[in-house]
Amino acid sequence: MPLTPISDARPRQASRDYLWTLNFGPQHPATHTTLRLLLQLDGERVVDAVPDIGYLHSGFEKIGEHLDYNQYVTVTDRMNYISPMANNVAWHEAVERLLGIELTRRCQYIRVIVAELARISDHLLCVGAMGLDTGAFTFFLYAFYQRERIYDIFETLCGARFTNSYTRVGGLMHDITPAAIDRIRAFLEDFPHTLEDMERLLNRNRIFVDRTKGVGLLSREEAIQRGASGPIARASGVTRDLRKDEPYLSYADFDFQVCCAQAGDCFARYYVRMAEMRESLRIVRQAVDNLPAGPVNVGVDERTTLPSKQQVYQTIEGTITHFELVMSNRGFVVPCDELYTAIEAPNGELGFYLVGDGGDVAYRARCRPPSFVHFALFPHLIRGHTLSDVVAVLGSLNIIAAELDR
Amino acid sequence: MPIREAVSEVLRARIEGLEFSEFRGRTRVVVPAGRLLDALRLLRDECGFDFLADITCVDYLNYRGARDRFGLVYQLASLASNERLVLRVPLNEPDLVVPSATGLWEAANWLEREVWDMFGIRFEGHPDPRRILLPEEFTAHPLRKDYPLQGRGERHNFPVLRRRDA
Repeated sequence: MPLTPISDARPRQASRDYLWTLNFGPQHPATHTTLRLLLQLDGERVVDAVPDIGYLHSGFEKIGEHLDYNQYVTVTDRMNYISPMANNVAWHEAVERLLGIELTRRCQYIRVIVAELARISDHLLCVGAMGLDTGAFTFFLYAFYQRERIYDIFETLCGARFTNSYTRVGGLMHDITPAAIDRIRAFLEDFPHTLEDMERLLNRNRIFVDRTKGVGLLSREEAIQRGASGPIARASGVTRDLRKDEPYLSYADFDFQVCCAQAGDCFARYYVRMAEMRESLRIVRQAVDNLPAGPVNVGVDERTTLPSKQQVYQTIEGTITHFELVMSNRGFVVPCDELYTAIEAPNGELGFYLVGDGGDVAYRARCRPPSFVHFALFPHLIRGHTLSDVVAVLGSLNIIAAELDR
Repeated sequence: MPIREAVSEVLRARIEGLEFSEFRGRTRVVVPAGRLLDALRLLRDECGFDFLADITCVDYLNYRGARDRFGLVYQLASLASNERLVLRVPLNEPDLVVPSATGLWEAANWLEREVWDMFGIRFEGHPDPRRILLPEEFTAHPLRKDYPLQGRGERHNFPVLRRRDA
């Protein structure tokens, strides 16, 4: 079985022999992750682009059929590693819907806080890297310093900076601590100033605006037709935000706006992301101020979360629950049915299609990754633009290859 | 939330052989493979389900109470009314062929390629029916249940370059 390079889908026409073929990636500083593009160039103009993906395919969905509902959360960390918290929340949201578990109010609020911090972190990386690729290095440093602070918050919350695995079925790894709340409050205090600085750096920056305005146009009809979601769809005027449209967790309690733009170009996508960070800050502030008291995990009787050690050693219910949960194929009561649950991840609609078969391992754990659907847009967006616009469009789509290939 | 009565009535009236079910507030419809495109077009054009969120497949080998080997799953959503609807198409070997939905939604293009890659279900009329995540030389469809977690076989077929031959 020979290994041959993957050829272009369309055979080359002899009359267009003057076209250049440029191989972009898989290792290139501007692709940021392991992406490969085959570009057909007419001079500097891109005639066609053929994405070639799969370099980071690691069989996450197959692993999902072999790890139980709590173990798999570690794999979701590695899908969109820019905002692992959002993936954790999405995974356990799907599991809990399937199992029919009602979370405590406190747990819902904390999950909202971490999901929104993850959104800020993700958007910071996206706009920062987009600025970097279009020549705004200072902007990138501003963004990355603030991302570092979000990592610090996550470290205080769960001990891990990068691969958090913070959620559990029916609860969280740890309750939120006063130290973490202090850090979040300090971040809420400082970050708006940085955000203003960042906006002053790029919003009216002639180089940046010239390179992004009118580049990579996506109309509203095309966005819907091509399955775009999240900030990319909202930048094209699709007013869809699952936080408002299908309120999950406790999003219905908060006052925030859905940020949309009409233009549908790279600048609009940048702008929507910047605006969304402000709204996320508002949500986090409201959630921290109104954090309900009470237990963070569902009760011992529901037999879904591991009880505290004190309960295990001192009460018979705690001992039995612990035993049931650590033994394989006991514990969870999983229906023999299937359910699709999606949340508004920073990049768009992140859904999990779970098929339960009564055991504590999913029969099928399909992940609907937003990057996958968005990268399919790329040839459409880049056609007719110049080679230097490739990085601007790639940056505005925020393609995370680990999520793209799973 | 479950879909409107009007939608299910339109579906029932226009397409025969549908089975409706509901789970945790989600409506699911089982559609025979022959009527899939009709159902999708009807839902998109007349019932407002204009967003195709996902296409995936489930291999029901050894699944308790399963009648069919594969279930192809289409997740539709309506941007106007925020309803969601799940379409399921039962498929059995040897005819693992369904018409492609790329004519209705451009989004189906890569999603269908992934289903072909992972499950070996062919989409008739697909403009670019190649594998997407795995190399073209791959011979199996690894998300099928009869494919082991550790894929023995394929890796052994890759050509090995030894230092002395290189």
